[in-house]
Amino acid sequence: MSNAVSAVQGASFKGSISVKDAGLQGMITLRGDLGSDTLAKAVKAAVGVTVPGVGKINTGKKGSAAWMSPDELFLLVDYATADTVVAKLEKAITGAHVLAVNVSDARAVFNLEGVGIRDVLAKGSPADMSTSAFAIGDLRRTRLGQLPVAFWLDSDTTATVVCFRSVGEHVFNWLKAAAQKGTLPKYYI
Amino acid sequence: MSTRLQTGGRLIDRTKQIEFTFNGKRLNGFKGDTLASALLANDQMMVGRSFKYHRPRGIIAAGPEEPNALMGTGVDGHFEPNQRATTTELFQGLTSQSQNHWPSLEFDVGAINSKLSRFFPAGFYYKTFMAPRAAWKHVFEPIVRMSAGLGKAPTHKDEDTYEYFYAHVDIMVVGGGIAGLAAALTAGQSGASVLLMEQGVTFGGRALTDGVEIDGKPAAAWVKKTLAALKKLPNVQIRNRMMGAGVYDHGYALGYERITDHMGPSTGPRHRLWRIRTKRIVTATGAIERPLSFAGNDVPGVMLAGALRDYIADYGVSVGDRTVVVTNNDDGYRTAIALHEAGLNVPCIIDPRGDLDGELPARAIALGIRIENKSAIGKVKGGKRVEAVTLCAQAGEGGTLEEIKCDAVAMSGGWSPVVHLWSHCGGKLNWDFDQAMFRPDPSRPPLGADGTGFVIATGTANGHLDSASVMKGAVTAGKLAAKETGHKATGITPKASDEKASPIAAVWSMPQGAIYALKSKTFLDYQNDVKVSDVRLAAQEGFESVEHTKRYTTLGMATDQGKLSNINGLAVLADSLNKEIPQVGTTTFRPPYHPISFGAIVGDARGELFKPIRKSPIHQWIDDNGGDWEPVADWRRPYCYKQQGETTEQAVTREILNTRVNCGLLDASTLGKIIVKGPDAAKFLDMMYTNMMSTLKVGHCRYGLMCTENGFLSDDGVVARLSDDTFLCHTTSGGSDRIHAWMEEWLQTEWWDWKVYTANLTEQYAQIAVVGPNARKVLEKLGGMDVSAEALPFMRFKDGMLGGIKARPFRISFSGELSYEIAVPASQGQAFWDMCMEAGKEFGIQPYGTECLHVMRAEKGFIMIGDETDGTVIPQDLGLNWAISKKKEDFLGKRAQLRPHMVDPKRWKLVGLKSVVPTEVIPDGAYATDGTTRQNGVKHMIGRVTSTYFSPTLNHAIAMGLVEFGPDRMGEIIDFPTIDGDIIKAEICDPVFLDKEGARQNV
Repeated sequence: MSNAVSAVQGASFKGSISVKDAGLQGMITLRGDLGSDTLAKAVKAAVGVTVPGVGKINTGKKGSAAWMSPDELFLLVDYATADTVVAKLEKAITGAHVLAVNVSDARAVFNLEGVGIRDVLAKGSPADMSTSAFAIGDLRRTRLGQLPVAFWLDSDTTATVVCFRSVGEHVFNWLKAAAQKGTLPKYYI
Repeated sequence: MSTRLQTGGRLIDRTKQIEFTFNGKRLNGFKGDTLASALLANDQMMVGRSFKYHRPRGIIAAGPEEPNALMGTGVDGHFEPNQRATTTELFQGLTSQSQNHWPSLEFDVGAINSKLSRFFPAGFYYKTFMAPRAAWKHVFEPIVRMSAGLGKAPTHKDEDTYEYFYAHVDIMVVGGGIAGLAAALTAGQSGASVLLMEQGVTFGGRALTDGVEIDGKPAAAWVKKTLAALKKLPNVQIRNRMMGAGVYDHGYALGYERITDHMGPSTGPRHRLWRIRTKRIVTATGAIERPLSFAGNDVPGVMLAGALRDYIADYGVSVGDRTVVVTNNDDGYRTAIALHEAGLNVPCIIDPRGDLDGELPARAIALGIRIENKSAIGKVKGGKRVEAVTLCAQAGEGGTLEEIKCDAVAMSGGWSPVVHLWSHCGGKLNWDFDQAMFRPDPSRPPLGADGTGFVIATGTANGHLDSASVMKGAVTAGKLAAKETGHKATGITPKASDEKASPIAAVWSMPQGAIYALKSKTFLDYQNDVKVSDVRLAAQEGFESVEHTKRYTTLGMATDQGKLSNINGLAVLADSLNKEIPQVGTTTFRPPYHPISFGAIVGDARGELFKPIRKSPIHQWIDDNGGDWEPVADWRRPYCYKQQGETTEQAVTREILNTRVNCGLLDASTLGKIIVKGPDAAKFLDMMYTNMMSTLKVGHCRYGLMCTENGFLSDDGVVARLSDDTFLCHTTSGGSDRIHAWMEEWLQTEWWDWKVYTANLTEQYAQIAVVGPNARKVLEKLGGMDVSAEALPFMRFKDGMLGGIKARPFRISFSGELSYEIAVPASQGQAFWDMCMEAGKEFGIQPYGTECLHVMRAEKGFIMIGDETDGTVIPQDLGLNWAISKKKEDFLGKRAQLRPHMVDPKRWKLVGLKSVVPTEVIPDGAYATDGTTRQNGVKHMIGRVTSTYFSPTLNHAIAMGLVEFGPDRMGEIIDFPTIDGDIIKAEICDPVFLDKEGARQNV
């Protein structure tokens, strides 16, 4: 897989916050009964965390599990292991009605860093970015400008943004424009 | 003449001189000036010509209500028309020009219209330009367009940037006057999150100019203290230069922040449009002073009384040495007193009222100012500036008693609360007879999602004209907003005081019985040149509704949306109709409160961010290798790859011939790929597709059709069965998101109990088609899996490795050639593409674009969604009956396809069309005619072309089309008339032009 490249191929930008291509990231769509013990066990075994609650993301050493919809999770693992994890999940949940599929190549992922991340995201997302409404462990499926994205905080000053691969360049350019130096509204800082 | 006073000017810094230009003239002002105050300081009384009559116009107001002083500011990429001088902050190098004059502001040809005003009455356009019809387009409209209009449209691309910002807050307070500050502090202290916005630069509002005392001290001290207290609260955000622009459903509001307007061209966004979700909105938006309606009330030098004293107090600017004050309320006396205190002369205060027992009139009398009771201005004399006014009795018709020389007139017709934000979302108003104003009715506020009011009006915006009630109301509003957002507010009401006032007299016409000659020079709407006589004429002609009158006369339809004219206009209408004002009512208040820039509305969606474009993993390579882009849904796909010196047509021909003879490479990554999995997946797909999918064997592919429930063909593609319970459905490039949503809709709303999950994997894979007689050789050279005819026959797929990359080749063909469509992980799509190009070199591989694809599929008679279908076509029309299951009990579209119209034998059906002259390509969209004429004189049509090309393979023009009884008319020649009058003759034939038995693909 040495010839595998991410959508924006390592692009980065430093303005009022820094924006960086996160590179190749293993991602899995898991659809099923989120309340079932089998699924919970399989998720635990695959990424090492419990099934997240509505709008949440749980992160552990092996990966993360994020809530996408009442019957859909989004799992984050190492890029190289995604297929193996899918196989493991399928095996662990044999018999139950689930769909586990590798979507690592269908997405682009960006890392944001800086105290202004909330201000930058609030330029394009109608989600409430205040500390009381959006904290570490929360995930938002929302939009950034004209495009659907999901994002969450990794710390008070770092965030991860996921979008579809084909519009990775657009989202990167959008983030670049929103993160120009000296343009933060300073609403959240 | 207007000039800068020796002292005074709260907002200006006399040590910082600023140079700017007006109509090319270099002028000086001070830091803190608005363009309006700086122009007045330079004796620039006339600042524009009026819209219709080209009358000289001067500055009337000091705030956003200004109707006249509209400027084009900036140059080239920073030029913007219709900027109000009164809200434009002065900066070094500001360029401004007046509008609506030709050839110059001083001498204007259009002013002749003023002399002809008798011929431009209300509804003039409707009455005059009716006949002859052709004259409108060729004579009237061009002339009207040349002489009318306000600002010029910009000629350069806007060089500034703009952005949005989304904010969520408990309470939004609009207006930074004393009411807004008190409400914000009260609410803020409760712990609620508060966003306070002020459209201007400074806080405190009119209280600072009008001598209000709070807690025994001048208001300025309280404002300073309160601002400091607010800034200490972490839950309170304070923004100046930010206007509350609009209030919408469910507590949604727009804020318009002007970030760099006061600095001139700068880096960073110029405007920021705040899109705010809030639980409660407190509107402390103040009030706007009304003009009085007397003849010549538009002559430069006639100003709102409040504005006149603003210019003295805020900017140290005098509008004239001698100012006549005309007022129907006590507040106007403040201006007389302020002028007097500034050492200027007030020849007379003209007051239509009788007995005056208020404190302010008493003070004016004590100062020795002459007051004329029960009097009115007959008319203002002067053209480009005020020279004198005539004094008359308010009760009369305007007979002159005396002429009073003066340089300026300060008028006050009372105050109208700014109820716009209250009203935007349905807040209702009451007419207050005592104060002669519409004010918010607190029992009928705009209602939120929970059925409770979400806007609270306070301060003068709520009709409180005395500062004691303002303060009391503001603290109450702050407490209420806090309580209703789940907080507990305490707060002490600051004690404010001002003078005891005598009541206002509602004066809508001055003098009361003004003769026509006076009425026809009495302006209601300055910007649109609507006079009292126009509204009276409208009433006389039967316009009773205020909304109709507005449109007929254009009253309040200009860029100021009637901020000064609305109440006066509807009062005149009410009087003409012999009705009370509340019976006539107001026109509808609509956002934005004040014009906002298009840039702010557009936000960041311009230039490269204008429209998101989906890019396949091969996009960059295609761009670097001559790809000639065309939009396909949100994707870009190459129409063809142009080699040096090639025309588009030559490139397409080369690509077709090469693919048919050697090998072609197509980026098919944009095709939709949807995984459908579950115990009920097969059953589900049997419903979604017209043909049977449940019988498809694992490892096999089947072409399928999808219809809407009305039977019309919606999408097509190849379905592959990955396992017993898993299918991969290919859709068209434009259909991937739509079909995925379509599947989910049926699963979530109709068949919610079926065990099926779907996932859209369109972007997970790059899909690359290797097409042509040499296709297999290329893949064999890459190596990694057996792609022979035996191991991987036609309409099968296999998982394996090709060139070291995990690959899933499908043996499917849209070209009629030996063809593999290979799905590889998108991240390795480019790598795989490069390998194919390299390996294919010796086999003559060349990339091909969408036009080559289209021609090749047409040669094979394959339909294309969007060409052969247009939303009215059913599969049966296209001869696709073989793909419509007769065994299935049901599928989407089945019942609809049994409707009488759908089984009508006269439905146009798909056939091939071969031009009689081989080089004559039938134009796109051409209709077939049978030589007869319909009753309406139109040629009778019997069919139409759906796809038409020149086939290089057959060296012949070919087409597909829908023709009445088409399949029964094989061999017939039919006519396709062209737009230029020729007829192209074509023979009806089988739509499969090439290799009907499939020998080429099935190898």
